[in-house]
Amino acid sequence: MALETLLQDPNFTLVSGPSDCSLSRVFCCDLLSVAMSRAPEGGIWITVMNNLNTLAVASLCEVHAVVLAENVIPQEDVIQRAKLEGISLISTPLPIFEAALAAQNCLD
Amino acid sequence: MSDMAFCYIVPGDDFTRAGEASADVKSRLKMLGLPTDVIRRVSIAMYEGEINMVIHAGGGEAEVRLDNGAIYMELRDRGPGIQDLSLAMKEGYSTAPENIRSLGFGAGMGLPNMKKYTDRMEIESAPGEGTTVKMWVNCPGI
Repeated sequence: MALETLLQDPNFTLVSGPSDCSLSRVFCCDLLSVAMSRAPEGGIWITVMNNLNTLAVASLCEVHAVVLAENVIPQEDVIQRAKLEGISLISTPLPIFEAALAAQNCLD
Repeated sequence: MSDMAFCYIVPGDDFTRAGEASADVKSRLKMLGLPTDVIRRVSIAMYEGEINMVIHAGGGEAEVRLDNGAIYMELRDRGPGIQDLSLAMKEGYSTAPENIRSLGFGAGMGLPNMKKYTDRMEIESAPGEGTTVKMWVNCPGI
């Protein structure tokens, strides 16, 4: 799936980064140590953790997109880090499960 | 590639900078064309080590060497040391404070992850004397 398919859903807003990156799998987690060991390369990671360490983990795991659920507004430093790392940063008002379901439906 | 070494100071006062050393190691190993699985395992182990040094020890030093068929990581700090090593190695056990947990860390996965993603890990620690973590990730041919 390309991210642009998901972005056709008005619930998902691209904050920064490419809109056409490919996505391998959907992943949900708020514990960064767990995400560190499980986040899939090329995946889309849905979380409410809005801090620089989230982007550091996403970068190390080579996640392509991070979705901040529950209307979490990304901090400016998070946006800048996402730009630097080339990671697509997306916001959504949806809860984590519903956001993941929508992403998974795009992948199927 | 043998005998190549990278050294880092891990600052203890800035949580947002945690991960800079592991990100640098990752990009260097990529440039050297090492296998992606090896790079991922090194990155995870190194990042967890960095985070531990920031959370528990006020920072420290990290050294990474490509040596004798393995990537060797040594993380040294002068923090309070580990009181009970066997307990610290258990998944879910954590002494991290609440403000660290609110950032998504402190789930008691750090040392277990470091052991899980490396081929060998040794810890030298005593209360009041700091901690040295040594880790090896095998990579035949280097």
